[in-house]
Amino acid sequence: MSADELIAAIAPAVPGAAYVALASADAAMTPTIGVPREFIVQTCRALQGPGLEFVAFSDVTAVDFHPNRQPRFDLVYHLVSPHRRARVRLKVQINEQDAIATLTSLYPGAGWPERELYDLFGLVFDGHADLRRLMMPDEWEGHPLRKDYPVQLRKDAQTYMPLQVTAEEFQANLERDRYQRSAAKPAPPAPGAPAGKG
Amino acid sequence: MGLETDYEIPVVTTSAEFMIQWARRSAIWPVAFGLACCAIEMMATGAGRYDLARFGAEVFRGSPRQADLMIIAGRLSRKMAPAMRRIYDQMPEPKWVISMGACASCGGVFDNYAIVQGSDQVVPVDVFIPGCPPRPEALIYGIVQLQKKIAASKLDQTPKVRIA
Repeated sequence: MSADELIAAIAPAVPGAAYVALASADAAMTPTIGVPREFIVQTCRALQGPGLEFVAFSDVTAVDFHPNRQPRFDLVYHLVSPHRRARVRLKVQINEQDAIATLTSLYPGAGWPERELYDLFGLVFDGHADLRRLMMPDEWEGHPLRKDYPVQLRKDAQTYMPLQVTAEEFQANLERDRYQRSAAKPAPPAPGAPAGKG
Repeated sequence: MGLETDYEIPVVTTSAEFMIQWARRSAIWPVAFGLACCAIEMMATGAGRYDLARFGAEVFRGSPRQADLMIIAGRLSRKMAPAMRRIYDQMPEPKWVISMGACASCGGVFDNYAIVQGSDQVVPVDVFIPGCPPRPEALIYGIVQLQKKIAASKLDQTPKVRIA
């Protein structure tokens, strides 16, 4: 199924979305579709529907085109249809301050790569239950995979981390770096409540 | 050291310092602390072909409390640095550190935000081994150099200055 056929199949379910069929070197195996960022959730829901069944979430990653392009980031989603043995790649152009909705409502496993993107690129996914750094230390400043981040960092290594923390300190450490949009900040979960995964 | 032959059985006399340092250097137990590809060479060093047991250092311990030597085998990430310092602090005195390979010694090719540029920022290092990764012969040479260092050190040596 080519990119144009896929767009024709999902366009009725997502009115108003201006899709673009993008060229790619592996177009025969993985058609590539440019998706406006407001429609990413609806698009994925349509792609999960009957006949397409892209029910497996492979990965989401980002490319930074700074300073050559505005908007500077490409979000690249890969979805897989195990039943049809098909793949699709979705590209979303996004800027630093732009909000994009999380896909965790459709694909629970999307939480991990979205946390990674928040950590390394500073992209914010609205509706993510637990948007904290994944790879860098919690108190790290900056987002290292951005093109304007210095490559060589003259910074002393941290050599100490407390071993014993109280339940309150543990919860505070958990909350410290969690990203919340200030308008919709929910109450922090009670200590002992099960932490959301991903 | 002298050989006394006036007795019924031969007796060797020596100093307690020599005996104790001989015992220490002849059975250096490393803690199993592999960080990256250098750890593969470290495993090869412990295995049959290179046979680190010839130098008494083949007993890789799973617990730092049973170990004398930490071989930093691989690149040390900033996030790993506090964990490595904790493992080092858990090792009983006397203890030694070998920084194995270019990455552990100076960051190697990874001159970036994620890697500590030299593990001597975190723990005091006794022997640096160059190479990327060093061959097992190089690691054995480094351990032998450490044995010479131990043999030359004094018993009343104060513990090393802790830098962190």
